[in-house]
Amino acid sequence: MSDGKYSLVEAVNLALHRAMREDERVVVFGEDVGVNGGVFRATLGLRGAFGFKRVIDTPLAETMIAGLAVGMAAQGLKPVLEIQFMGFIYAAMEQLVSHASRLRNRTRGRLACPLVLRAPMGAGIRAPEHHSESTEALFAHIPGLRVLVPSSPARAYGLLLAAIDDPDPVVFLEPTRLYRMNPQPLADDGRRLPLDSCFTLREGGDVTLVSWGASLVETLQAAGALAERGVEAEVIDVACLKPLDLDTLEASVRKTGRCVIVHEAPKSCAVGAEIAASLYERALLDLQAPIQRVTAPDIPPPLYRLESYYMPGVADILAACETVLEYA
Amino acid sequence: MTTELPCTRYLAPDGRPLGALPAWADDFDLLTRLYRQMVLTRLFDRKAVALQRTGRIGTYAPTLGQEAIGVAVGSLMRPEDVLVPYYRDTAVQLMRGVKMEEILLYWGGDERGSDYADPAVREDFPICVPIATQSLHACGVATAFKIRGERRVAVTTCGDGATSKGDFLEALNVAGAWQLPVVFVVNNNQWAISVPRRIQCGAPTLAQKAVGAGLPGEQVDGNDIIAVYDRVGSALERARQGKGPALVECLSYRLGDHTTADDATRYRPDEEVRQAWQEEPVKRLQSFLAARGVWDESREQALIADCQAQVQRAVTVFEAAGQQPVESVFEHLYARWPAALTEQREMVAERAARARGGESDE
Repeated sequence: MSDGKYSLVEAVNLALHRAMREDERVVVFGEDVGVNGGVFRATLGLRGAFGFKRVIDTPLAETMIAGLAVGMAAQGLKPVLEIQFMGFIYAAMEQLVSHASRLRNRTRGRLACPLVLRAPMGAGIRAPEHHSESTEALFAHIPGLRVLVPSSPARAYGLLLAAIDDPDPVVFLEPTRLYRMNPQPLADDGRRLPLDSCFTLREGGDVTLVSWGASLVETLQAAGALAERGVEAEVIDVACLKPLDLDTLEASVRKTGRCVIVHEAPKSCAVGAEIAASLYERALLDLQAPIQRVTAPDIPPPLYRLESYYMPGVADILAACETVLEYA
Repeated sequence: MTTELPCTRYLAPDGRPLGALPAWADDFDLLTRLYRQMVLTRLFDRKAVALQRTGRIGTYAPTLGQEAIGVAVGSLMRPEDVLVPYYRDTAVQLMRGVKMEEILLYWGGDERGSDYADPAVREDFPICVPIATQSLHACGVATAFKIRGERRVAVTTCGDGATSKGDFLEALNVAGAWQLPVVFVVNNNQWAISVPRRIQCGAPTLAQKAVGAGLPGEQVDGNDIIAVYDRVGSALERARQGKGPALVECLSYRLGDHTTADDATRYRPDEEVRQAWQEEPVKRLQSFLAARGVWDESREQALIADCQAQVQRAVTVFEAAGQQPVESVFEHLYARWPAALTEQREMVAERAARARGGESDE
């Protein structure tokens, strides 16, 4: 933090400090989150402020971290667990699918699972293999979960506080490419942002650009370039991938009649596919052009020398915008 | 490679003491109470299988042969402790205070069966189907106890097959690393569906997996309730005093099929099962109590009549439970209703209306 400005990772850190101060049930744990403050420093200072009983370095075992959180949450704690990289999250998958997301339902509300699983996501930081994935769709498919992806320091702060308050499990995915980009002024006022909602970042009547996470950087740049040409793009940050705020998306598309979806995840069966299908169901006759998706191809993230070709760029988004704007 | 671990057994299969018994074992009120519960469990279990065979409940996992383990564990736990069971735990659950009608409701296809009414089991986990995943929940529960400084113990159970899974080993590891107040009870009933113990794991005992994780492990004869009660009791007491976790491997035999959907005659020899019946736990304790003059045939008959009446009452309550409303499938998914689901809830209501309407809809 400098001059009251916070980067996204600092905003996460600020929210964690506040949540732990406000609610003694909040417990932070994971690999290297204690003394080291997390490999990205998201948990920096928590150990000193709240002690080793509430800020816990775990053995190196992701299945265990997730399973432990289920037991702690059922006991009324509010575990905030960190999985170090999204590429290592799959060992936690069974606990999310079979337990965290189902405990309330299968006990008719007798037990609940108010955990927040934080994990960095995405490519673009020249990271080693298995450190650049965007597999959010796997989690968005699971009934009973909420899946959030913040795309600015303010949304990271307000959404993380809301996620920790929420009485159900939340997967909170933090785009590593945004962690230190563009610090912004942020008041530590404890204000929560609404869950289950999109955020309209820019209003416009000509085309709707839908994205989330790090891809919003390029999406907003594309919107800026369009504006210079007199085309007004509406930019929507989906932010909450599960459950989806389709009403906001539908209203925008009904207004503009054109839609481009941008995401860093591979194309097939991604959240973009769900959004496109839902918009066709709801607003087919208001669409002036087929919805376009600008995504990663269906390949694993390449090692970093080629990763820039994996992620959608501004020019790719503009090309898709051309397609929908010129569609007869 | 051998790792010598203790294996405790007090009663021979015919109920005769093999040597000196623990001091508490002359508490015949206690032993009689345990015996009654074992008989109740067995009769209930038999009834549950019969209900499945006649189509009144779905698939059920019989607890036949594991009554001593479950009854001992359940009776040793305090109400404030938390049980994190697996799916073959009718015996522990009944002893803890889960109602027979709740168990029938669960296996009868109704989630209300995991909404335990008794305050003593309100914090207990429902039975766990994905193998060994529950071991980690118990460590999480124990972590919560430890963070809050509570003198409570988490007890988790599993079968021999579960000890092959990473979840189980990760649970042992963290329990040892953090010295958690958790007790692992392994029901080594020799069979993981069709896979016998000898090809499940190359270690001479399952208990020694604890040693590698830094906690004590030991074996007991799981058909000898005096042994189970004595050793699990020590482990619980130890954990309660903050002295850390322990693993008790209870050697028993799965006298029934894996579940009612399984046919164990396909893969195991009749002779082995016949031999296992010679060692079974209910008869063993009965013989011991009879030899001590505190049990006889008239008491046995009265007990059976009483248990059967209890079971029958539970079946009546179960059968009167009716069905949950269709909308209930959404009711407990989220505490805070996501607007996005409203459309789908209406879709299910319409689906139900169509199903009810049958041909009249056309």
